[in-house]
Amino acid sequence: MKGAHDLGGKKGYGLINPPPDEPVFHHEWEKRAFAITVAAGFLGKWNLDMSRYARETMDDNEYLETSYYEHWIHGLQTLLIEKGLLTEREVSERISELTQSELSKK
Amino acid sequence: MNEHSHTHARPLTDIEIKVKALESLLVEKGIVDPQALDELVDVYEHHVGPQNGAKVVAKAWTDPDYRNRLLDDASGAIRELGFEGRQGEDMVAVENTPTVHNMVVCTLCSCYPWPVLGLPPVWYKSPPYRARAVREPRAVLKEFGVEFDDDVEIRVWDSTAEVRYLVIPMRPDGTSNLTEDELAALVTRDSMIGTAIVQSPGVPA
Repeated sequence: MKGAHDLGGKKGYGLINPPPDEPVFHHEWEKRAFAITVAAGFLGKWNLDMSRYARETMDDNEYLETSYYEHWIHGLQTLLIEKGLLTEREVSERISELTQSELSKK
Repeated sequence: MNEHSHTHARPLTDIEIKVKALESLLVEKGIVDPQALDELVDVYEHHVGPQNGAKVVAKAWTDPDYRNRLLDDASGAIRELGFEGRQGEDMVAVENTPTVHNMVVCTLCSCYPWPVLGLPPVWYKSPPYRARAVREPRAVLKEFGVEFDDDVEIRVWDSTAEVRYLVIPMRPDGTSNLTEDELAALVTRDSMIGTAIVQSPGVPA
């Protein structure tokens, strides 16, 4: 599949700027994103190629503007819904509930 | 989280909300076990990392038979040391020599040998590294502070979901008296990706 993820040899990218050291996870949510993706993978409902494909269905600009674990979560949500483990409706309802409760804290 | 920390916590971002939504639904429905989630984080945060790959490299430096097995069947040789699992099923070891330097990238995503190196650093997953490593490896290496003469061949290996690479760096000078554990302590993550060389003891990396 040709898309934003196919980066080999592309021009126009700047410096890599590797930091001397970095933590395994940069944010708490990354730990949770990692764990639910791997744990859901253990269910055996999809394989690694399907996970990658699901991550690559992200819109090109969105793919390039978001981080690794955001790609993972996009892929995970896609597969969970596709395989019928969760419905689109319950995911969007849960997201709005959590968003509402965040707004009420402000 | 108690009420106190709630009132002072910053609002969650969109991605945090999304992750929380998925996790809470998966746990409520019994699809994933919350304890298994915590264990996964602990394992990859604290127990699986480049220290594993460093043991493989140090053994290859000190045991010629092991080195041959590693070059011949990397997955098997790595398994001998107890390292196996996800994203490391089919491993290939590539050895640096005075005339060949190997480096690894995954241009399509971020394939990386988890059992020996842990989870990849952000720069390995970044578009600049993925785009440039195959086009201008010498310029990339220079950014990492590594330069080679023109007569050293640079080989770039593009990982796939099926095959992952481990670079066996060159053993540095002045290490003939070191034990395997002492050697392993010299081997860095980046030297096994191929964006660094292993320094002699006492030389700052």
